[in-house]
Amino acid sequence: MIAEFGFGILVVSLIVTVYSGIAAVYGVLNKSAGLVESARRAQLLTFPLLTLSSIVLIYLLTNNRFEVSFVYEVTSRSMPTYLQVTAWWGGQAGSLLFWSWLLAVFTSAVTLRKWDRDIEFLPWVIVVSAITLAFFLGMIVFFENPFTRFWLVDGNVVPSMFAPSATATVFTPQDGQGLNPLLRHPGMIIHPPMLYLGFVAYVVPFAFAIAALITGRTDDRWTRITRRWSLWAWLFLTLGLVLGGRWAYDVLGWGGYWGWDPVEIAAFMPWLTGTALLHSTMIQEKRGMLKHWNMILVILTYALVVFGTFLTRSGVLSSVHSFANSPIGPFFMGFVTLTLVSSIALLIKRWPELQSENEMKSMLSREALFLLNNLLFMSILVICFWGVIYPLISELFTGQKVTVGPPYYERATGPLFAGLLFLMAVAPLSAWGHSTLQTLGRAIWKSTLAAAVVTIFLTITYTQNIYALVGFFLVALVLFTTGHEFWRGASARQKSQGENFFAALTRLMGRNRRRYGGYIIHISMALMAIGILGIEIFQKETQGTLAEGESLNIANYTVTYRELASWNSPGEGVNYTRSVVDIYENGVYLGQLAPRIDYYYDAEQNMTIPGQRSTFRDDLYILLVDWQPVSSIGATFKIYVNPLVNWLWIGSIVFLFGIIFAAWPEKDPAEVSVRRKSARDNRQASAAD
Amino acid sequence: MKKFLFILTLVLVLSGLFTATTVFAQDGITDDEVNAIAKQLYCPVCENTPLDVCPTEACRQWRELIRLQISQGMTEAEIKQYFVDNYGARVLAEPPRTGLNWLVYILPPLFILAGAFILFRSFREWTKPQIVEAGSSGESDAGEASSPSDTDDYIARFEEEVKKRK
Repeated sequence: MIAEFGFGILVVSLIVTVYSGIAAVYGVLNKSAGLVESARRAQLLTFPLLTLSSIVLIYLLTNNRFEVSFVYEVTSRSMPTYLQVTAWWGGQAGSLLFWSWLLAVFTSAVTLRKWDRDIEFLPWVIVVSAITLAFFLGMIVFFENPFTRFWLVDGNVVPSMFAPSATATVFTPQDGQGLNPLLRHPGMIIHPPMLYLGFVAYVVPFAFAIAALITGRTDDRWTRITRRWSLWAWLFLTLGLVLGGRWAYDVLGWGGYWGWDPVEIAAFMPWLTGTALLHSTMIQEKRGMLKHWNMILVILTYALVVFGTFLTRSGVLSSVHSFANSPIGPFFMGFVTLTLVSSIALLIKRWPELQSENEMKSMLSREALFLLNNLLFMSILVICFWGVIYPLISELFTGQKVTVGPPYYERATGPLFAGLLFLMAVAPLSAWGHSTLQTLGRAIWKSTLAAAVVTIFLTITYTQNIYALVGFFLVALVLFTTGHEFWRGASARQKSQGENFFAALTRLMGRNRRRYGGYIIHISMALMAIGILGIEIFQKETQGTLAEGESLNIANYTVTYRELASWNSPGEGVNYTRSVVDIYENGVYLGQLAPRIDYYYDAEQNMTIPGQRSTFRDDLYILLVDWQPVSSIGATFKIYVNPLVNWLWIGSIVFLFGIIFAAWPEKDPAEVSVRRKSARDNRQASAAD
Repeated sequence: MKKFLFILTLVLVLSGLFTATTVFAQDGITDDEVNAIAKQLYCPVCENTPLDVCPTEACRQWRELIRLQISQGMTEAEIKQYFVDNYGARVLAEPPRTGLNWLVYILPPLFILAGAFILFRSFREWTKPQIVEAGSSGESDAGEASSPSDTDDYIARFEEEVKKRK
């Protein structure tokens, strides 16, 4: 009964969503404010409806209602309640509902904003979000219904929403299959919601962009309204990626955080366009240029978000056959293609109205360097997209299955990432409008010198690897130039205001949140780059089978196998095999680590939990690969030394700080920008608010 | 017939391998030597998992096969070729550089070059009417301008800005 109720609400939500879209179009074409208002309210209604439907699903999940096939697939009796709740997004059907619920949250929040100055956008924003929501709800209702139940028909178990025949009875399995153990990790509990928050939040800027195209209001208003949305979307997307990396590092047991897997790349691609967008909208706001390009970027980001949602959950890219066999594959591709084509058509129609208000004056101006940054991001995107798609093309045309793996991506993107680091160092020093080699050189020579000194120092003390040294030089250059920017601004303020240095620095940053938040993010990216360089270039590994008391040596470390125990934990449905090893560095005892293998009975799957010792210099990362169950005399260990990888996580914390700093609500951004544009005239007005 | 031939070859190869096991001692081959090769190969059954870290039983057997092959004196290239012959090109980390696969390596650089070319041409176009408003960079935005062209000038403008905002 309760499952039917949940499904019924989904159907109602779909109808309400479709109505809101149609009413909005009809209302705007017939200039009926009443209909548009009705559409807005219908849109608002989707939020409580989908919340209710989600509550029903969570109720089913937490009450072991295994007659519901989704519940059977993702939970089991032995799973703790919090995992049963988060199993909501542990499978395709549930995560599509989660996606839709988030979209309802966001669009409701958007429709509740003050619209007085932008009322012409409202109906079209509703239309775009309604189309998106209707598409996802349609997928759920018709193909991936989380409320489908098992029925017993003539001795066969059949999944179906409603009774397939008059004699059919509901079939309830004893226990569920349980969530994939790999997903029962704190990182995996937060990683998908973060990623999805990022994905879904990008629908909002897209909706405004399309509204701007349709209404012909082609100034930078849409970017100003959605600037904070884009920033939060970017925050969540980045966090989702980083948390996913951390999860892989802790759980997947291959000593790394990123494997250039199509699923990872699917989440990375909207990040690339989103990051490019973040930079190029600034050009539009400051200089009134690149309006076409920003439209293209926001359209691409939206398409990649839908594409990514589809890829991450369906696994259809593994082969042409799984794509063709998946019921939702063709629909998703159809939807992506349709939105892409219609958005681009709209853009072409408005093309002449989106002319630049300014001319590009110098190839070294800030806007020119931002364009170069965009070129690099787009290049990385092309490499990623092609790498993900090519195996399908190969299979389709030649029947040959191929793998496009890390060597391809690393070789192709490495120089581009280096280029991005270089731009990160240089671009903040160039001026809007006009810069010359001379002005840039004067601004950067001290930092370059300092970075060179650091590099020489590293050459002597740490490494002679040329790639690493180039990377470290660029990282140091970013850190020095960015640090110098902070110092220059603060000391100028210190002089003029007579404040002490720290007061000057905090006030300066507080007044230019976006700019200094951006600088903090640049610093965080440089720190992350240290970690990436460390693990990519200097990772060491060894593997061996040891008897108790025997050791393996790697880098300066010695790892000695002490003991191993294996026991069942019936309550959790897990068998633990825990080994204990002593670790020494240059003969000095450091302590013990306990790599283990957890075997989950319900899912019949192993999970490898590494023993980790993390320092700023390197991580010692030990995996228990195998053991002899009977005698426990021999155990096989795989040991990695991952230099500097900790900086990746430190960088992500700095990143979090930087982006929250930048996105922290201050006065209405439109208000501030207006004020900045003509600071003199508006002084009194701005002082008042 | 084809199937029969395949099975026959498989049986021959496997029996060859097993008799070889008894003849050659494998003790000298370390896990690291095996992994060095396994790392470059992809699990033929799992998606996108390198053979050296794949936890499945099948992969463990494949790693033992590599150990055996090393002990028989096969080179790295020969072992890789053996896997390609038996499981297809997908076991390689990158598509082999033949036929259609060249697209993998050619298309992205072409795209990037095209992008760079378009960007460069646009720059040329944009920078042509340079004579107009040469001195207008200052007007862009006093609050955000970070022209380091002249530090004193920057500080002066900064001070002015701070005073305005007080």
